[in-house]
Amino acid sequence: MNRIHYLFNNKKERVLSIYFTAGFPQLEDTIPVMEAIQAGGADIIEIGIPYSDPVADGPTIQESNKVALDNGMSMKILFQQLVGFRAKIHLPVVLMGYLNPIMQYGMEEFCQKCKEVGIDGLIVPDLPMQQYLDEFKEVFDRYGIVNTFLISPQTSEKRIREIDQNTDGFIYMVSSHSITGAKADISEEQVAYFERVKAMNLKNPRLIGFGISDAKTFSEASKFSDGAIIGSAFIKVIKDSSNLNQDIQEYLKGIKA
Amino acid sequence: MIRVDEKGFYGKFGGAYIPEMLHPNVEELRENYEAILASQDFQDEFRGLLKDYVGRPTPLYFANRLSEKYNAKIYLKREDLCHTGAHKVNNTIGQILLAKRLGKKRIIAETGAGQHGVATATVCALMGMDCTVYMGEIDIARQRPNVERMKILGAKVVPATSGSKTLKDATNEAMRAWINNPVDTHYIIGSVVGPHPYPEMVARFQSVISEEIKWQLKEKEGRENPDIVIACVGGGSNAAGAFYHYYNTPEVRLVAAEAAGLGVSSGKSAATTALGTPGILHGSKTILMQTEDGQVVEPHSISAGLDYPGIGPVHAHLFDIGRGEFVAVEDKDAMGAGIELSRLEGIIPAIESAHAIYALNQIEYGKDDIIVINLSGRGDKDLETYINWGGY
Repeated sequence: MNRIHYLFNNKKERVLSIYFTAGFPQLEDTIPVMEAIQAGGADIIEIGIPYSDPVADGPTIQESNKVALDNGMSMKILFQQLVGFRAKIHLPVVLMGYLNPIMQYGMEEFCQKCKEVGIDGLIVPDLPMQQYLDEFKEVFDRYGIVNTFLISPQTSEKRIREIDQNTDGFIYMVSSHSITGAKADISEEQVAYFERVKAMNLKNPRLIGFGISDAKTFSEASKFSDGAIIGSAFIKVIKDSSNLNQDIQEYLKGIKA
Repeated sequence: MIRVDEKGFYGKFGGAYIPEMLHPNVEELRENYEAILASQDFQDEFRGLLKDYVGRPTPLYFANRLSEKYNAKIYLKREDLCHTGAHKVNNTIGQILLAKRLGKKRIIAETGAGQHGVATATVCALMGMDCTVYMGEIDIARQRPNVERMKILGAKVVPATSGSKTLKDATNEAMRAWINNPVDTHYIIGSVVGPHPYPEMVARFQSVISEEIKWQLKEKEGRENPDIVIACVGGGSNAAGAFYHYYNTPEVRLVAAEAAGLGVSSGKSAATTALGTPGILHGSKTILMQTEDGQVVEPHSISAGLDYPGIGPVHAHLFDIGRGEFVAVEDKDAMGAGIELSRLEGIIPAIESAHAIYALNQIEYGKDDIIVINLSGRGDKDLETYINWGGY
């Protein structure tokens, strides 16, 4: 069974997903960061594949992408690092990456590699639903890779229903009109959007991301969903850390408190 | 037939590869733009402004001394005489009229050389709309006069400080700004790039160039079709406009001049079709300069307007099927051609357009051939680059 399905079958609230960029802050930190995220009690690990032009990301994640690329991170190296990671990590692991690097690697080879090393799902923010259905769904399915779509406050109800029909992992609810990072609090307008989507009774679980940074925003978001995703705030924690394992565990303890 | 299909593709290239956050904006545009463009009210206002405000039709000028030198009949399509100094304004007029009809209140844009930024700031002033232009930090430094022009016109200029700090990064920033302001904002893309429907929409606004070439040439030569049309290509909006009504007339050769920078194999180039491979950039599938690993390569050209690692999907298609002839022009040759045109015809061209002039040296033609070169912009903005280059 895909680990994402297993997770949501057994846990329906306060699911915590942590995003970090592969090869950041140092090239060899990918696996140690994953181990610390698991030890800190998160539920899903989201590994960002660094890209030169991450248009959906704010300054913090742009910077981590650039540092990782400068460190020499590439798709090839990432898959080398991931060989054997399942001996240490039992959490569901999702790769988040822009379409171009994946296309250059080859979608078929990419999905095959994901399956081989033990990746459960993908988030490709610039792969819209129709293009996914037309070009890639068959490949994802063949390798048992779950695809995740984003929705935003602007997404129509009709389209949310279509997206819900075409995925079976979870739906990534972008919390506001924004790129990643920014925003300190959850506004009334956002609450209205969270409640509106909650009332739709979708078949897929929903995780809220973008702008989630601390225990308060995590708890608030979790009231309206199955859990939340933290990215930029986590990148800031590991950016200047001199003891990754300790700092990550402490941070996650604080979030879950 | 060369024509965009329902899903926004020209052959293998095009489409709309965008984050879901942009889907509603792009969809709103896609659903409405054709009906708006087709409406009489829009056409009247658009055509009226092109005539009385932009100064169209721009002349199709027979370049006597240039023709003598190159031994052919060479015409220059004088887009440099458009208000604001380049063809860019044809598109910004069209898009701001569209934005108004979609009820938008704010305009954002990216710019490389600053010509599109100035053209956008100009139409925003004309329509009384709020305007923010994203521009690479490096371009801000090398196109100072255009930055000040935008500010005089009331626009806010925001530096793009990521990546190569040029046009590609300004486009990334504009897309991010659009994600952050989806409801009241229209993004005026300046070239035939971006997600569908932008490439086709921008090409249609620019297609007035080849529409005019046809009747002007008919008046002068008794025929609508030249033997060759030459235009420079960064993203490719002036080329798309100059080629548009000739796409499906195979006897007209379409020549696209890309920027080779310091040389195609120098590592400092923007010759996309020579160096690029298929991939996704700024929301469409096209040909782009990238590493084996799919990271976008930072381009180089002395001309800020051609300093872009991709090309519009329609040009990728013209290249792919062999309909377009692509040549790569080095910085030094473009600069030389700019000075040559100044001396022969008394016209100082934009460095972008000088690439198209130099292409005369790179293609085969006969002495009776009629060649139309799209002179996309004037050289005023490039004075400092000319001065630093010297050689005149």
